[in-house]
Amino acid sequence: MKYGEFVRRMPGAGDLHRRRTLLQRIRLDGPLLALLLLLTATGLVVLYSASGQDLETVQRQGRFFLLAYGVMLVVAQIDLQRVARLAPWAYLGGVVLLLAVTFFGTHAKGAQRWLNLGGFQFQPSELMKIAMPMAMAWYLAARDLPPRARHIGVSLLIIAIPTLLIAEQPDLGTAILVASSGAFVLFLAGLSWRYIVAAIVVLLASVWPLWQFGLHDYQRRRVLTLLDPESDKLGAGWNIIQSKTAIGSGGYEGKGWLHGTQSHLDFLPEGHTDFIIAVLAEEWGLRGVLALLLVYTLLLMRGMWIAVRAASGFGRLLAGALVLTFFVYVFVNMGMVSGLLPVVGVPLPLISQGGTALVTLFAGFGLLMAIAAEKRTLMR
Amino acid sequence: MPERLTLKDFSREVRLFGGRLLVAALFVAVGFGILAYRYYDLQVNHYETYRTASDRNRVQLQPIAPRRGLIYDRNGVLLAQNLPTYSLNLVVERVEDLEGTIEALSGLVAISDDDIAKFRRRARERRPFQPVPLRMRLSEVEIAQLAVHRPRLPGVSVDAELVRHYPQGEVFSHAIGYVGRINEQELERLDPVNYSDTHYIGKLGVERFYEDELHGTVGYQNVETNARGRILRVLERGDPIPGNDLVLHLDAHVQQVAYDALAGRRGVVVAIDVKSGGVLALVSTPGFDPNLFVTGISSKDYSALRDSPDMPLYNRALQGQYPPASTIKPIYALAGLHYGIVTPQTRVWDPGFYRLPNDSRNYRDWKRGGHGWVDLKLSMAQSCDVYYYDLAHKLGIDRLHDFAILFGFGHPTNIDNTHERRGIMPSREWKRQTRGVAWYPGETLSAGIGQGYTLATPLQLAVATATIANRGVRHEPRMVKQVGERDLEAPTLERIELSRESHWDVVIDSMREVVHGQQGTARIINRDLPYEIAGKTGTAQVVGYAQGVKYDASKVKERLRDHALFVGFAPLDDPQIAVAVVVENGEHGSSTASPVARQVMDAWLLGPDGQLRQEGMLVQQRDASGEAPAVTQRTVTMEQSG
Repeated sequence: MKYGEFVRRMPGAGDLHRRRTLLQRIRLDGPLLALLLLLTATGLVVLYSASGQDLETVQRQGRFFLLAYGVMLVVAQIDLQRVARLAPWAYLGGVVLLLAVTFFGTHAKGAQRWLNLGGFQFQPSELMKIAMPMAMAWYLAARDLPPRARHIGVSLLIIAIPTLLIAEQPDLGTAILVASSGAFVLFLAGLSWRYIVAAIVVLLASVWPLWQFGLHDYQRRRVLTLLDPESDKLGAGWNIIQSKTAIGSGGYEGKGWLHGTQSHLDFLPEGHTDFIIAVLAEEWGLRGVLALLLVYTLLLMRGMWIAVRAASGFGRLLAGALVLTFFVYVFVNMGMVSGLLPVVGVPLPLISQGGTALVTLFAGFGLLMAIAAEKRTLMR
Repeated sequence: MPERLTLKDFSREVRLFGGRLLVAALFVAVGFGILAYRYYDLQVNHYETYRTASDRNRVQLQPIAPRRGLIYDRNGVLLAQNLPTYSLNLVVERVEDLEGTIEALSGLVAISDDDIAKFRRRARERRPFQPVPLRMRLSEVEIAQLAVHRPRLPGVSVDAELVRHYPQGEVFSHAIGYVGRINEQELERLDPVNYSDTHYIGKLGVERFYEDELHGTVGYQNVETNARGRILRVLERGDPIPGNDLVLHLDAHVQQVAYDALAGRRGVVVAIDVKSGGVLALVSTPGFDPNLFVTGISSKDYSALRDSPDMPLYNRALQGQYPPASTIKPIYALAGLHYGIVTPQTRVWDPGFYRLPNDSRNYRDWKRGGHGWVDLKLSMAQSCDVYYYDLAHKLGIDRLHDFAILFGFGHPTNIDNTHERRGIMPSREWKRQTRGVAWYPGETLSAGIGQGYTLATPLQLAVATATIANRGVRHEPRMVKQVGERDLEAPTLERIELSRESHWDVVIDSMREVVHGQQGTARIINRDLPYEIAGKTGTAQVVGYAQGVKYDASKVKERLRDHALFVGFAPLDDPQIAVAVVVENGEHGSSTASPVARQVMDAWLLGPDGQLRQEGMLVQQRDASGEAPAVTQRTVTMEQSG
């Protein structure tokens, strides 16, 4: 074999010689980026309407998007090995910050979620959304899979500590997201179905005691309101009734962009944040909703593709968990706004207005990009 | 890191992971399937339900209350208006020079920098042609300032909620009445549509009698509102039809004079335009401030009014029933002449008392020792009781009754006002029906001098006096002269035809003697009188006294003293105004009631120079028959008061 032939056959060597595109050079995945751009652009268009045609709001959100894309770009450059090494420290740091929140956090809307860092509001639970799958993937990737009982025990501990701290703030929505992102890693790592069925049984069995002792009043009320929104029309039921009215009155075709009455006449609360899907559904109709679901599906498929093709076990588990967590975001938000699920504070990813959550989200996509890039540079 | 193991399990791990990801993908597919179905269910299956709910959210049909009609006196003086809590608004599209306008407005009313800042913020967030408030809660002075300058400030408007206000307050309280908040009983009988946005309703007086005219017709608007009920867009609008304005026969100046003349006393003045039956003045004192009742009177204020011994809430002109006493004598003199019982020359001997045949009881004359020989003229001038005892005895109670009711006694006058009472003009029939007892001859004598069972409201006295002045033509009394653009004509009853037309002149001439005669009981008011008055005094007993007990005013408690009455009309040759005055516990009609009547007549008949207002009167009569009341008459009023 000639030297040149040998080099060409070296794993990953093709990249050295093939003319690399700009996207490849900055380690970004083209299809994923295109879908993200499509979704964020859609978000701005919907936000323009939901904010009552307030360009200022749209511009501020645009700046958040730019910041988020920047974060994604930076994260994408990090070597995945380094990410894996960072994972336990990110996790530990997150837990410490959550403890700090519990003792020194700022109160807002009846919950203690923020840390005030010199005028900068920081939500450690957001960091945990990334740190949890990273830590779990780091831990399990190093084990012989499927995980054994001992490793499952440690994994559950890793999941439980931050979840309980976040649920205690209280922020049930984020707690569920953080817990599920960890659980997904466990699931993808090949957790035995016996354990899964057992876990489901235990979960169902704990519904009653959880209801009685584990939930705050406002959480209980949210669930009750979900079951019968009419019971409290002007109070807790208002949001659900009005968002369902907004969605339903959109019909198949929608009322037209900027022509949604529910949102523009202020009947729809939080129309530009958590309930933005109701604005989209009202103005763009079922067509718009299905189109959005299609784009989300494509995004998830691309994410899963990246996971399947990931070079390392760590990358695989992390990518899979991030993708599935993203799905949970979408499902919980669209489910709660349409009255399927109780109202928990989960924004619609890439569409809802908001800063911190967006940065976390794009950090996750940056990790996905890094995992995708890993494939091409480090073949093992 | 166990490199060996990782390498060993690489392919197995990938397969395991692939399988799990496949399960996850299925999971995702099911999740999105549920979401898609949920949105399909809401947006397609239940589309109609939510579409309707959304429209109901958004669109509201709102009633718009009509503006209540205003009430003016005959000269255009405003007696009842709708006072808003005003705010000063700008419609920016209509303002030519915004900065200049704001500056100009700042010169007229107090506008703080804060106001201007708020205005600018609101002006940015409004819809086209939406008025933007610059100043709220304007004072009355500021409203007036703006009203004067508004014509040269386009786009500037003053808007508000309207609340009834009576600028003249107490003086007109019993004449006009008042409006108040609609209560529950009223709500039940009111038209729910027409009153859907109305909060006030006429409770008393003209305000109540003409409620249907004053109220107007409700309008509506179909509006798009936001969740806070703020109107964002009017989709459709039907303007309300404002209530009709009322022009009263009342003359604010005469009313004020009458009110002042009664100041401090409990009393009544009713003045009627002889030619039309229009009520020129209707005063009952003490009055009350009708404005207290509009937005709801405090229980403290109300109990003060209700419990006052002077009974300010009691409308003496319409509800007060007094014995007419001697003021009824002209009617009975006419009856005597009509039935041929007396002639002008008939003379009666008055020894100071009267006795019925076969009766030892003495019916006393008010004058001890009597008036001696008395003919009709003197009987009127001196108010001789014995003459009328005799006359009544000869006429009999039924003829007294039948004749008196022709002048309006014993029946409602049908005035366009509320709570009018009918008085009593007794007869055998009346007594049998109400008391179940036979009539006694002695009671005829009491009736003959307007005492006993006889009761009349001051309004009835004024109507009867006007009928005499009109020589038998009786108009129903009317408060309101004009509704909107429409003139109201008081119904005229069938003329009273006497056996001889000259009977009128005889009695009127004798009533002239009351004021102008040497011995007239009301001669004190004829000093410097530029016209002639025909009148009659009266003194009504509040309590009856036993035979032989002399009434001594100084020994009787003030509240038990006699009521002083006076009726009269003027000028004699061409009667314009008929007046009835009652001063409660005023003792003598001659001394307390007649001067009040004189002042009222002067106010109506005399110009500012103290001379008869012949010219002015002609002008006014023409105006009254003409169409437009407004500007010229207001000018007249201003000259009068100025």
